[in-house]
Amino acid sequence: MTTPAPVPPTTTLAAPHTRRLPLRSLSSGNVAAVLERGFTVIRNQNWMILVSGFFEPVFYLLAMGIGMGGLVGDVTGPAGEPIPYAAYIAPALLATSAMNGAIYDSTWNVFFKLRFAKLYQAMLQTSLGPLDVALGEILMALFRGFIYALGFLGVLAVMGLVTSWWALLMVPVAVLIALGFAALGMGVTSYLTTFQQMDLINFVMLPMFLFSATLYPITVYPEAIQWFVMAMPLWHGVELMRQLSFGHLTGATLVHVGYFLGMTAAGLWLTTVRLRRLFLR
Amino acid sequence: MAEPVISARGLRKVYGDFTAVDGIDFEVQPGESFGLLGPNGAGKSTTMRMIGGTLDRSGGELQVLGMDPADHGPEVRAHLGVIPQQDNLDEELRVRENIVMYGRYFGLPRSYLLPKSEELLAFAQLEAKATEKVGNLSGGMKRRLTIARGLVNEPRILLLDEPTTGLDPQARHILWDRLFRLKEAGTTLVVTTHFMDEAEQLCDRLIVVDQGRIMAQGSPRELIRDHSTREVVEVRFGSERNARVVAELEGVGVRNEVLPDRILIYTADGEASLEEIGRRGLHPVTSLVRRSSLEDVFLRLTGRSLVD
Repeated sequence: MTTPAPVPPTTTLAAPHTRRLPLRSLSSGNVAAVLERGFTVIRNQNWMILVSGFFEPVFYLLAMGIGMGGLVGDVTGPAGEPIPYAAYIAPALLATSAMNGAIYDSTWNVFFKLRFAKLYQAMLQTSLGPLDVALGEILMALFRGFIYALGFLGVLAVMGLVTSWWALLMVPVAVLIALGFAALGMGVTSYLTTFQQMDLINFVMLPMFLFSATLYPITVYPEAIQWFVMAMPLWHGVELMRQLSFGHLTGATLVHVGYFLGMTAAGLWLTTVRLRRLFLR
Repeated sequence: MAEPVISARGLRKVYGDFTAVDGIDFEVQPGESFGLLGPNGAGKSTTMRMIGGTLDRSGGELQVLGMDPADHGPEVRAHLGVIPQQDNLDEELRVRENIVMYGRYFGLPRSYLLPKSEELLAFAQLEAKATEKVGNLSGGMKRRLTIARGLVNEPRILLLDEPTTGLDPQARHILWDRLFRLKEAGTTLVVTTHFMDEAEQLCDRLIVVDQGRIMAQGSPRELIRDHSTREVVEVRFGSERNARVVAELEGVGVRNEVLPDRILIYTADGEASLEEIGRRGLHPVTSLVRRSSLEDVFLRLTGRSLVD
């Protein structure tokens, strides 16, 4: 039996009973095709989503930073210097928006495409494997996070809220934060099957935004609660961004980066072991 | 005989305490057109998904093109065309993009896909809709696009899960013709259907499945010979009288079957049976003598009640 002539050879048939490679059943290594699809969709119609995601932190900055900031006046910056309230919360808003975008893309978006649009079902009928789909979707989430971070940094620069060249690193750090949350988010989605369960995600995300020293210093809490907040990922993102924004780097900076590297590794591990549950049930 | 392209032994799929596929064995030969016939919920689609490696099986052996799809999903699927029961077109892409992007998922180059997509749009009679949004297509058009898309990698095995559901008669015949040509070109077809005429048209050989088990297998002709009579007489006495009259029809044919609206009499000679009914003084409102079909086999084997 021969393969019909006009098809260019893309994959060769393996000899029967070849040794089983751990990821072979999960990937054809063609993540690029998933990205190509993502960019085609953005080009076609969904650039509006990009725009709305960009404005979310900007609105918060205007309302809280400028509006509330007028009442609050100056606050103490990372190095102990007095800074405007808007400059204090701006890095935290960037960290939060990186988190929110990544979580939305890796949970609600994945849930919808899996169960309603049947997009992944169609992709997995081809030689794509679940790992290709998962990595492609995570990378698309990072692309969006990158665009938002770039735009927001531009806004901060125009408003005179960044004072250090280190602030340029806020863009790649936003991508790192997004990677940590997206990797973990997709693993978490594999456990969720109903809309009610999906709502739990928001139930976790909103308090994390409000209480992770985003809008006021962590020192307002009793020590036990401080430790709890410091165990949460967003607090590390907020602190890291704030340090970069003012060019005040310390040993803690490395700890924050390390936290997200660890979270990414754990998230990718979880997502990989849960891929079959997520896509092949 | 050549090496089978698909072979299943004791194939099982269990969801919790529900057994969807309960240890089935079958082989599909290269170039064959193989049918899975059964009521809804019989386990047909589940079997199809296990063949493509997009559903993990609970037990048994499965080989597709010499590989286990659970271990070599991407490699197996490179040679499969999958037409799912429900269209799963990419609503965020346009019509031609659906075909091209689907080919990209197989890793096929654009230089191949651009002319190929034109060919497939012609096949699906969608040339005029190439840049249309998928959401604006009619149900029949979406079905044709799904099928065209599934051919983009020129598959060696085409898995068709109820391929013509929702198509008008003309479109069905066009599709059957295309499928027949693919078969002539050496493509193996695996078809699930509950349209009996479709199974008779398309399938060289089929298995009848019900509640996850194989009830019978063979060519359509063999199945009719083994599980039905040569002819069937359908008589209607009006829904009130059908049940009362049936006792008086005893012995006219080999076997009677009472449906809500009519009585089926299984018999070797339909005209003779109809005359016998007349001699007994029974005068049906309408009567029809026809050849026995797969439908009769199917109903006999899987029971009257179609599960929905």
